[in-house]
Amino acid sequence: MPEPLHSMTIAELGRRLAAKQASSEEVTRAFVERSRAVEPKVGAFLHRDEDDALAQARAADQRRAAGQTRGPLDGVPIGIKDVVAVKGQPLTCASKILKKFISPYDATVIERLRAAGAVLWGRLNMDEFAMGSSTENSAYQTTSNPWDLSRIPGGSSGGSAAAVAAGEAPAALGSDTGGSIRQPASLCGIVGLKPTYGVVSRYGLVAFASSLDQIGPMTRTTEDAALLLQSFAGHDPRDSTSLKQPVPDYTAALAAPPKPWTIGVPRDFFGAGLDAEVRASIESAIEFYKSRGCKIVDITLPHADLGLPVYYIIATAEASSNLARYDGVRYTHRSPETTDVLNMYFKSRAEGFGPEVKRRIILGTYVLSSGYYDAYYLRAQKVRTLIRRDFENAFQQVDAILTPTAPTAAFKRGEKSDDPLAMYLSDIYTISVNLAGLPGLSLPCGFTKSNLPIGLQLIGRPFAEADLLALGHLFETAHDYHSRRALL
Amino acid sequence: MLARFMPQPSVDIDYVANLARLDLTAEEKVRFAAQLGDILAYFEKLNAVDVSGVEPMAHAFPVFNVLDDDVEQPGFSPAEALLNAPAQRDNQFLVPKVVDDA
Repeated sequence: MPEPLHSMTIAELGRRLAAKQASSEEVTRAFVERSRAVEPKVGAFLHRDEDDALAQARAADQRRAAGQTRGPLDGVPIGIKDVVAVKGQPLTCASKILKKFISPYDATVIERLRAAGAVLWGRLNMDEFAMGSSTENSAYQTTSNPWDLSRIPGGSSGGSAAAVAAGEAPAALGSDTGGSIRQPASLCGIVGLKPTYGVVSRYGLVAFASSLDQIGPMTRTTEDAALLLQSFAGHDPRDSTSLKQPVPDYTAALAAPPKPWTIGVPRDFFGAGLDAEVRASIESAIEFYKSRGCKIVDITLPHADLGLPVYYIIATAEASSNLARYDGVRYTHRSPETTDVLNMYFKSRAEGFGPEVKRRIILGTYVLSSGYYDAYYLRAQKVRTLIRRDFENAFQQVDAILTPTAPTAAFKRGEKSDDPLAMYLSDIYTISVNLAGLPGLSLPCGFTKSNLPIGLQLIGRPFAEADLLALGHLFETAHDYHSRRALL
Repeated sequence: MLARFMPQPSVDIDYVANLARLDLTAEEKVRFAAQLGDILAYFEKLNAVDVSGVEPMAHAFPVFNVLDDDVEQPGFSPAEALLNAPAQRDNQFLVPKVVDDA
């Protein structure tokens, strides 16, 4: 049986489109129909506008017929996490407080995807305001892991990861504040890249923790991650934290001959919570790189185990400030109980936010409050400096750092939802990367005995996305993990 | 696995909820106070670190004084700006009365 369109990569679809073996309308319809078939099981999308996607696809076909095609993404559907603004489409952040919100403008990444001809496909489920690691904090629905429907897809970009793993989109946008691209990518058996802070514009990304948030690609292969990142990376004057750094040719980096990489392995940071099967997969990935001529070096990141407390102070502090804007005045939800201005704030926010968002607003407000600021927030910022220094020291010695992406494979729905701290621990390996502003790539590196995907994380120096993709590509092309598909 | 046995710092949940402009139910107050106690106890790990002389880090790549050229840019029309307003009148966001008549 020929491979169905919905299980192909961006690169494969691009070749079909270029050879006129398929139209964008056919390709887009394949994903629309796959979604219709599997959404009752997976629940990845909060919103799908099939007519709008097919209209974008026909426009791509017309461009191609007129010889005005825009490159490898032209006519390829890309799923969008419900935290990135697409003009005229709903944007809820999976929160009740934005239930009726319609984006009045396009995010910069969306403008750039449109310029590349991509078909913007749907709104993908997530943890409310990207706060969570299982997508169970969505106010609207749970999303299932396509590899085992009783398990969570990870989070917060769980809808994006599940949609790609289920063949409902060849690729998707995610956002990553402490692991929200890499952890769900790992748990769903796909590739996820968190770029260096400042490489991708945050204009039009709803803010959670502004000093940590980045948008990035979630794809089936490192090649697709390169193609997608290429389309939207680069300086944007509308985001003052976006950096004026030249954008390299990521795809060309994949084709370059492998370098004699030195890879650092911080084994003392792997810790007691690391599942034995995940550990075994990571060890065999290390052996693979050794067999390809890479030098493996043991390193230490002495402050890495403090990443979690530092993160939950800094991220909640920033979130408590960013989420102050949802006050009943401008953003759709105002409590019907409103009698005066003050109680409009208190009631609109109480009705609109879910439990995890409330918990983090309270925590963030507390660590910033008078008398606690120095003890928590300021101290966390200082330890953040030490965490960054650990990485700087390590990168004197090594080109990349290899860790598991998550300590376990996908866990059962409900397993950690009553224990915020246990849930926070599933981001233990990814969080310090955001604190230090570094790029991190997760790619499939094995399966457990019960057929759940395992992911490996590669961390690089600032702006080393091309190196990480090349190093990931080396592993990927020697294994078949990325080409396995969940049976649904 | 975590240091749950440590004495839990107490959080004045009413005070913090007021600062956050967030109404909490009685049940939420009890639950959040306990959970935040756990989380704050976990944060105590940070006290073991010597941070004397360490500069705080607010940002991965600090960039300062990012200035735009003073050129007119297209912006929202009033209708676009008010697209998501819960209440509006005369091209403005409408809010409950802030100042007393008396």
